[in-house]
Amino acid sequence: MNSKTQNKIAIGALYGIAGFVVLILLALLGYILVSGMPQLSWHFLTAPAKAFLKGGGVGVQLFNSFYLLFLAMLISFPIALGAAIYLYEYAKDNWLTTTIRTAIEILSSLPSVVVGLFGFLFFVVKLRLGFSILSGAFALTFFNLPLLTRSIEDSLRTISETQREGGLALGLSRWETVTKVILPAAVPSILTGVILSAGRVFGEAAALIYTAGQSAPALNFMDWNPFNISSPLNPMRPAETLAVHIWKINSEGIMPDAKAISSGSSAVLVLAILIFNFAARYLGKRLYKRLTSA
Amino acid sequence: MLTSNDVRNESAMQERHVTQLSAVGEEIILSTRNLHVFYGQHEALFEGDLEFANHKITALIGPSGSGKSTFLRSLNRMNDRIATVTGEIMYRGVDVNQPAIDVYEMRRRVGMVFQRPNPFAKSIYDNIAFALQLRGVTDRHQLDEIVETSLKQAALWEQVKDDLNKSALALSGGQAQRLCIARAIAVKPDILLLDEPASALDPVSTSQLEDTLLDLKQKYTIIIVTHNMQQAARISDYTAFFNAGRVLEYDTTSQIFTNPQVKITSDYVSGNFG
Ligand SMILES: Nc1ncnc2c1ncn2[C@@H]1O[C@H](COP(=O)(O)OP(=O)(O)O)[C@@H](O)[C@H]1O
Ligand SMILES: [Mg+2]
Repeated sequence: MNSKTQNKIAIGALYGIAGFVVLILLALLGYILVSGMPQLSWHFLTAPAKAFLKGGGVGVQLFNSFYLLFLAMLISFPIALGAAIYLYEYAKDNWLTTTIRTAIEILSSLPSVVVGLFGFLFFVVKLRLGFSILSGAFALTFFNLPLLTRSIEDSLRTISETQREGGLALGLSRWETVTKVILPAAVPSILTGVILSAGRVFGEAAALIYTAGQSAPALNFMDWNPFNISSPLNPMRPAETLAVHIWKINSEGIMPDAKAISSGSSAVLVLAILIFNFAARYLGKRLYKRLTSA
Repeated sequence: MLTSNDVRNESAMQERHVTQLSAVGEEIILSTRNLHVFYGQHEALFEGDLEFANHKITALIGPSGSGKSTFLRSLNRMNDRIATVTGEIMYRGVDVNQPAIDVYEMRRRVGMVFQRPNPFAKSIYDNIAFALQLRGVTDRHQLDEIVETSLKQAALWEQVKDDLNKSALALSGGQAQRLCIARAIAVKPDILLLDEPASALDPVSTSQLEDTLLDLKQKYTIIIVTHNMQQAARISDYTAFFNAGRVLEYDTTSQIFTNPQVKITSDYVSGNFG
């Protein structure tokens, strides 16, 4: 067999594998969307869930998912940014940074259910935060931090060393160089990483079941005082998210239309994550264009 | 085959020939003494004592790996986190190679332009203005003026004056390198260090850049590393020849190119090695 045929066979095999993966993805997405889309309506997206009756919605869960995502990002982004800047721009290669990097590696490969159980023991029980948005947000922070740190570090790595030298040669301090030269140039790629990790956080269930809880008390969307118990903004209330809702309905849902609600919720979740992904690409590209083009 | 005549010529040649410019009446703005540079255990520079004349162009030539960049980057302490630099670097009578020196201030006096043009991912205007703004120049009028003069001195103004708000990353290689020069001179340095600034440019841009450097000589002292012998001959007043971590010969450019005193220099400038 000559190398040309070999090459052809190898390419054919690779195309085959890639095609197979795409096919699985399309089949999954297709199944979820086809069975879920018909359930979607304005009512479904906004109404509260019903435990025993037909016709419940996922409005509260949807809001909870976004609110938790927002809080988790609010906590984890500054920490991840600081850690990434320290690790990539300042730290020398020594035992300390090796330890930190290893810790991040391990943390990022921790199963999310372990993160959830840790969150339960630590935030819910020990710190007495109870099943609450806050406990959930902290658990999600643990889940998100290592991946986000790595992704921001990778973004910093894509900025050429010549940019740093350029800043230093102008008499800027290292800090000024990082904040005024490197970070602005890295914004498109950092943003892409943040949105992608937001998609992951949005779909996370296992870390939240025992932290943010599995109940979604009705909310009064007219009350925006975070100290009131029925206010959507109250961070101490239990808050079942969309992903947890899907898990719960499938394991113990007793409403007559459980199957339909589960399909509808899955479709919403998948759509939201798709939107995150496309938004990440779109925004990243646009920002990069604005930085580089005339 | 060596004739006896050749052998005599060769033995007449010296091993090193480094002119003291202070002794020939030049005003010295920068000089190095006992300069040694180590990358870890590896000593990349160990005989690099040179005097640089004010408002002159000095070329650093020599084979690749001979320590030219190492030397140049030591002059404005760009090697600080990379290498250990010992010895004195006297700038206007002050040793700037000591810990107490404000290295940021010093780098503003001794600017640097690199081999690969490295404009920032900002507008052309901001590439020049932002370092000034960080240093407290906030008056818009004053900034406009500095941006304009810097771009004019770098011979880029005519090409970009209508596009100041466009991204600098869209500039051509030659234009980008000029922008880097403009950016460096905007902070009003005394000395400009250039490390093979034309090596990534096409011949036309290169010759334009050389003209620009000749103009800049009126205001700045220029030290330029180049692997291009014609370039050194065309624009420099003095030339230092580096080989294997040592300055082997330092003299006026015409002397180096027409009557080198050291055999290796002679081989190098006549293209026999390197
Ligand atoms: N960052 C560095 N780390 C370790 N060694 C280096 C570094 N930069 C240069 N060197 C070494 O120092 C010597 C001189 O290099 P350099 O100054 O770049 O030479 P030139 O600019 O004349 O080509 C070479 O042996 C090179 O391998
Ligand atoms: Mg070099």
